[in-house]
Amino acid sequence: MIFQFRQHHLLKRLSFPHCMFLIKFDAGTLLLSTHRLIWRDQKNKCCMAIPLSHIVFIEEQAAGIGKSAKIGVHLHPAHPTKEPGPFQSSKNSYIKLSFKEHGQIEFYRRLSEEMTQRRWENIPPGRVRAAGIVGIERKLEEKRKTDENISEAFEDLSKLMIKAKEMAVLSKSIANKIKEKQGDITEDETIRVKSYLLSMGIANPVTRETYGSGTQYRMQLAKQLAGILQVCCLVNLARGMELLSPEGDLVNACKMLEALKLPPRLWVFDRGVMVIELQSHKEEEMVASALETVSEKGSLTSEEFAKLLGMSVLLAKERLLLAEKMGHLCRDDSVEGLRFYPNLFMTQS
Amino acid sequence: MAMSFEWPWQYRFPPFFTLQPNVDTRQKQLAAWCSLVLSFCRLHKQSSMTVMEAQESPLFNNVKLQRKLPVESIQIVLEELRKKGNLEWLDKNKSSFLIMWRRPEEWGKLIYQWVSRSGQNNSVFTLYELTNGEDTEDEGLACCLSHLPAISCHISILSWLLAPSSVPFN
Repeated sequence: MIFQFRQHHLLKRLSFPHCMFLIKFDAGTLLLSTHRLIWRDQKNKCCMAIPLSHIVFIEEQAAGIGKSAKIGVHLHPAHPTKEPGPFQSSKNSYIKLSFKEHGQIEFYRRLSEEMTQRRWENIPPGRVRAAGIVGIERKLEEKRKTDENISEAFEDLSKLMIKAKEMAVLSKSIANKIKEKQGDITEDETIRVKSYLLSMGIANPVTRETYGSGTQYRMQLAKQLAGILQVCCLVNLARGMELLSPEGDLVNACKMLEALKLPPRLWVFDRGVMVIELQSHKEEEMVASALETVSEKGSLTSEEFAKLLGMSVLLAKERLLLAEKMGHLCRDDSVEGLRFYPNLFMTQS
Repeated sequence: MAMSFEWPWQYRFPPFFTLQPNVDTRQKQLAAWCSLVLSFCRLHKQSSMTVMEAQESPLFNNVKLQRKLPVESIQIVLEELRKKGNLEWLDKNKSSFLIMWRRPEEWGKLIYQWVSRSGQNNSVFTLYELTNGEDTEDEGLACCLSHLPAISCHISILSWLLAPSSVPFN
């Protein structure tokens, strides 16, 4: 479609980004988007646009003898902060679009539609660059994705709630064991705690209450704040949703503390930090026990160590290497094989 | 002579003959090796050695323990000694080296102190006098000086003494 645009009908309200010196505005292309009316001259040297929101109403003017078909576009008064246009001023409050060849009817129909729908009011400008179908499709896709995220979030939330309940049950049993000094916390339970902590979102589905006597816990917690906040941020980042709040979780952690009557040290750590604590404790224990075993026997190979403790040679080697890495053991590598000794280099002068 | 030499506890510790991968452990290990090399050479009055000799010497080869420090690790120990100023390579191929259980500056200091004490500043005297002179009050020093190993060592000391920065130390 090629439309013409008569220059003497131009008004100052047109924005005029690209062209400073053009006087004539004929022989160009008129474009319609959901937000604007755009005119571009044939040589692509000049481009102008007018927001549809500036239009009051439009009227058709049928073609006659010697006269081309036109559309009159009546505009609101210009806003004082409006950017300069191709003309400083005009006595008219309308512009006329002159269709030298054809297309006036179709264009009028489309423009009317846009004026009726007023879609520019719903979509912030700049989002929909392309006119028509492509833009609409893009919008629909975005909406769909947002909806998906929201429903996923709620799905996860309900899963977390279930886990949290399980977690509460498990932790109660551990708490009892500690209280009554009944047996050791099994490895299985430890692993379960770890996995729950990892996957857990909101710690307690119950709504917030004040915890009056929790001041002492709060003091302990305050010491751990930095660590928890950091972990919370990391966890939030990983999750990509804002389900967790340090404040909320701290409150819940406090409640849990109180409910379980556990020493703060054990439960203050949240999620990943607790896991790290457990993990590093476990590592330390393993290394300490490895050192003890090796010291007892003077020196050990991976095979000997594996046999003693009833584990795979691979795992035994891992453990010995870890102990070496931490400086507790040193190695003797000879034709007789690889042996580990207590690290006397460090312990003896 | 070798019998009277007291080996340090590390010498009987098999890991001593394996270069430790743990950095901190290695540091301790190398320090122990450097100290051992220096005291060994001092007692045996050995001022220079080839790497080949070193490999087979009881210093790096504990026959009883059936452990010997591999040649690559020996090189690392020697490099440590060089960095500390106790070793100088005698050739480009790094096949033989000079071992200075007392560094040239340490010697220089001793000599200077002795010279100051015996009031012989600004007079000329020979190395012979220095090491064998009857009026060396400090017999301890004379004894030490007589142990001065090689000519090149003397030259190092002298050049150190003559250097403008050699005058008084702490």
